[in-house]
Amino acid sequence: MATPKRVPFDHDTPIAIAKYYRFQWEPAQECHVLLFPEGMVQLPGSGGEIFKRIDGARSLNAIVAELEQAYPEAGSLRADVVDFLEVAHGNGWIRTSAGA
Amino acid sequence: METAGSVRAPVPKPHWLNAELTYKCPLHCVFCYNPIDYAKFGPELSTDDWIRVLQQGRELGLVQLGLSGGEPLMRDDLEIIVAEAGRLGYYTNLITSGIGLTEKRIAAFKEGGLNHIQLSFQDSTREMNDWLSSTKTFELKKRAAELIQKYDYPMVFNCVMHRHNLDHTKEILEMAETLGAEYVELANTQFYAWAMKNRDQLMPTRDQLQRAEAVTNAFRERVGDKMKIYFVHPDYYETRPKACMNGWGSIFLNVAADGVALPCHEARMLPGIEFPNVRDHDLKWIWNESPAFGTYRGDTWMQEPCRSCPEKEKDFGGCRCQAFMLTGDATNADPVCDLSPHHHLITEQVEKAQRPQLPANTKPIVFRDDRNSRALAAGEQPPVTTA
Ligand code: SF4
Ligand code: SF4
Repeated sequence: MATPKRVPFDHDTPIAIAKYYRFQWEPAQECHVLLFPEGMVQLPGSGGEIFKRIDGARSLNAIVAELEQAYPEAGSLRADVVDFLEVAHGNGWIRTSAGA
Repeated sequence: METAGSVRAPVPKPHWLNAELTYKCPLHCVFCYNPIDYAKFGPELSTDDWIRVLQQGRELGLVQLGLSGGEPLMRDDLEIIVAEAGRLGYYTNLITSGIGLTEKRIAAFKEGGLNHIQLSFQDSTREMNDWLSSTKTFELKKRAAELIQKYDYPMVFNCVMHRHNLDHTKEILEMAETLGAEYVELANTQFYAWAMKNRDQLMPTRDQLQRAEAVTNAFRERVGDKMKIYFVHPDYYETRPKACMNGWGSIFLNVAADGVALPCHEARMLPGIEFPNVRDHDLKWIWNESPAFGTYRGDTWMQEPCRSCPEKEKDFGGCRCQAFMLTGDATNADPVCDLSPHHHLITEQVEKAQRPQLPANTKPIVFRDDRNSRALAAGEQPPVTTA
């Protein structure tokens, strides 16, 4: 794996989990995981919460709005979500519906 | 070893299961990582055995599944195994030479939930010319590649690199491109098993490696994002060892064709460890309780220089099998590490490899096949088979 780099993308475009990637809850590991050819990353906590909402229809803005509603006590979550998803995008875990 | 009252560190949770479904293989790779004495092993696990192993694996939290061999397509119950893995929620990777892949089979794999196929270039020494130029091998790979694309799998190519093919890196990459590869892994030979037998023959020169890497970089530049190319260096040219298996008994569980459970493909060579068989024990016991899987967990088994080394969390002292093969003691540091007092065992081999021509008395190359394996199992020098 190359070192993670951040790749920004449009916050209003719907995002999807990349082709060949699969996201699931692993009871034995008590954790969400992202599976891909010969690899796996664990997405504990907020990573899993964000990924759960990636469905090819919601955009980053929509995900931020939902999370802030679900966790009002957490305050503004935008910066964290942007950080996480730009790295995820740089890693090739997600794609925008426009393509890459 | 556990002693009464000792405090046990929590056992890590594994996530990777590799099923070496069979040691049968139509190919005879000189770098094959299967044990050299595989011919003497007991009978292969049955379909039911594998289904039980897969079920126990999911309960244990295993989620990545490798189906390898030998050539896994040699098992005619592969469709059943794939379907069970799919049903259980594994992410399933098939590692194959493509020999025996038909449309009927790949359709069944897709239907059963197979996620990924890695197509390997093999047998590149015996059939060097054939492999690089002849239509026969190319056509076979091409057919496999077309099926893989037709069934919407990522196109992943793997090629093991060594002294006899590094100078063909460009042709190899071009072939991968022609076949529509999206990912290419040029993995230099790791010196275990058959590759260790053939080490003098396979060890590349420094020049070869540098040239191959330069070619790879130029190729990367030309193709851009179309193809992702990984060039994996031989560890003999490094000064720190690989974090082998991410540590013994840490994430990886290998089940061999005869049911023996191992913390890595090669571990069976280590003396004094009784590796459990999935016919006698369930995976939970094997992972959590068996003395074999606990042997080199954590770091209490380490000797100096690893024991007090700040890098031990990073590389776990390297590979136990390599330490054993080269120094005779698996608790030594992997001699790839230049802090190891045995590092000269590595550098001597590397220096020896710099000769442009192998000397006439170099041991002949040994092909991986049943006859040679039986000879090696009996402690004999194998006959040199010719195709
Ligand atoms: S490395 Fe070659 S000989 Fe060994 S199992 Fe794989 S294809 Fe067969
Ligand atoms: S001394 Fe041991 S732990 Fe330290 S870097 Fe070398 S192999 Fe790794």
